[in-house]
Amino acid sequence: MFNLRDWGAGIWERSGRPVRVLIALGAIALAASLPLLGGTFLKTPIADYESVLVFPVAIFVIMALGLNIVIGKSGLLDLGYVAFFAIGAYTMGILGTKTGLNSWEILPIGIAMAMFAGLILGVPALRLRGDYLAIITLGFGEIVRITALNLNSIGGANGIVGIPTPPTIFGLEYTFDNHRLYFWTFLIIILLTIWMIRRLSVRRAGRAWESIRQDEDAAELMGVPTFRYKIWAFVLGASVGGAAGVLYASKTLFISPDNFTLQVSILILACVVFGGMGNIWGVIAGAVILGYLPDRIRFLSDARLLVFGIVLVLMMNLRPDGLLPRKKREKALPEKGQA
Amino acid sequence: MLSNFQDQFATLTVGGLSLGFIYVLIALGYTMVYGVLRMINFANSEVFMYGTFATIIVIRDLFGFTQQSEPATGFRLVYILFLCLVASMLMSGILSIFLELVAYRRLRNRGSNKLAPLISAIGMSIVLAEFMRILTDSRYVGSPRVMEKKSLGTFFGAELRLDNVIIVVAGLILFITLSQFVQRTRLGKAIRAVSMNEDAAKLMGVNLNFVVSGTFLVGGLMTGAAGFFYVLKYENTSFNIGFELGIAAFTAAILGGIGNIKGAFYGGIALGLLETYASFFLGTQWKAVTVFIVLVFVLYFRPNGVFGEAITQTRA
Repeated sequence: MFNLRDWGAGIWERSGRPVRVLIALGAIALAASLPLLGGTFLKTPIADYESVLVFPVAIFVIMALGLNIVIGKSGLLDLGYVAFFAIGAYTMGILGTKTGLNSWEILPIGIAMAMFAGLILGVPALRLRGDYLAIITLGFGEIVRITALNLNSIGGANGIVGIPTPPTIFGLEYTFDNHRLYFWTFLIIILLTIWMIRRLSVRRAGRAWESIRQDEDAAELMGVPTFRYKIWAFVLGASVGGAAGVLYASKTLFISPDNFTLQVSILILACVVFGGMGNIWGVIAGAVILGYLPDRIRFLSDARLLVFGIVLVLMMNLRPDGLLPRKKREKALPEKGQA
Repeated sequence: MLSNFQDQFATLTVGGLSLGFIYVLIALGYTMVYGVLRMINFANSEVFMYGTFATIIVIRDLFGFTQQSEPATGFRLVYILFLCLVASMLMSGILSIFLELVAYRRLRNRGSNKLAPLISAIGMSIVLAEFMRILTDSRYVGSPRVMEKKSLGTFFGAELRLDNVIIVVAGLILFITLSQFVQRTRLGKAIRAVSMNEDAAKLMGVNLNFVVSGTFLVGGLMTGAAGFFYVLKYENTSFNIGFELGIAAFTAAILGGIGNIKGAFYGGIALGLLETYASFFLGTQWKAVTVFIVLVFVLYFRPNGVFGEAITQTRA
């Protein structure tokens, strides 16, 4: 059967360095020109097209890339990924309104906070496997949201308002409705994330994750320190989620616990699985489609989420490995009979 | 606070038990399917939600109760409640079978990766909830009062409210029926066989598709009964109640050891009591956090749930 992923990878592997650079630049240029295509069929009927590109599309892509480290690369089912997003966003919200720090200074702090949370959650949770891990992470996500909801010192149910925009750099002014600038900034973050994941994938960490995903016991017996690498996967995934949170807060300028429900975790998970777990390009495609689709089909108004659900079900039944599945040789052994 | 708690303890316990039985029945829906397919049936929460609506339809449309009408009494009440229970169970049972056919069967027969059925389930869950949201115009639907919630007296200081008593007694009967069904009937044996070893069961002539449909039916019936009890206790429903109750019931199933029907029982009761006591001390807004923190501790020290997985005996 024709496999777009293998076809693309084939072209990439056959071509020399100059061609690869050209392909990469072309892809980046295409992505960067997306906000300029608002006049075409891509236009979203009700929501502003350019703002849809920033949120949900770009934010979803960042988060899906982060979650892909955890689920796609290392096979750890995390249903509470939104917690790291929330921690990043709240770090931005609190520090942005109460101190003089600006978004770029808060970004590393937010990432560090999310990584720390990942560590705290990971140490007890990663001793568990499979569905038990899923429910623990789900619980963690809910604990973070409910705590934010009940702590009045950080806004409670009202959330945090008046979060400052990022400061002007190189004469570029971040105003609330300058969606293009935000989009390009987020694109740079996305490229950095892709670069980080690609580098890690071919190194020791990537191989360790792959072996853990395929068979954790075998990996442990072969001398892979599985627990340590699982923590690493978790913490790195958390760092990307935290970064997405900081960026999100400095774009929307207003956050409340309602932005960080379990549905977000599930939606991001859906992006990863829909696009093709473990494959960066698949995950990006999944996040772009699932972020964009609900707004594009808004003409269905009330029924749009219904249609969205039907698309998910159909897609999973027709292509259970996602739009662009990972390379065949990377596929795990059949999981039948495993608990 | 503490002396207050001692006064209220017995009454709180009764309320917690009835909430616990609602959890037990939903948790059975999760645990039966998990036992057989090793899969989280994410859409079970919506199966529950449709069960609550079935009860309301019977009360409101079949018997024509309104908010003003007098509560029923005597045999008529028993008859109405019984019909509600049957309607909810049938609605959820049939929906559950339908769910398996549409969302899981194809994936299962193909032997796909582990997450594809989960996403398919999430998709079905969105479809079902959204469909109901459009039908009900995003509103809460109140149930007319069919039964006066009078107190039947006290027992060791506990106020026995009629609805709580009905839920506990009927829940217990349903649970015992289910355990006997799994232990003794032909289908029950087949379900246990498949959950022990799918391939071996197939070789022994078990019709896998039939058993899976049967499991979804039985799980759905139990979940539907929980829907009826929910309406009886809280007298309202809406398109989005499934989510919260579903998560709690799933937690209960994990707490007791998922895949194990006794585990669902103890886990559900424990969770119902825990939530009720915790809301008394900390206020209802923190109860979900308490539940999850307990869950984290349980899983940390007993990763297979408090009651473990008694695979050879009671695994459904």
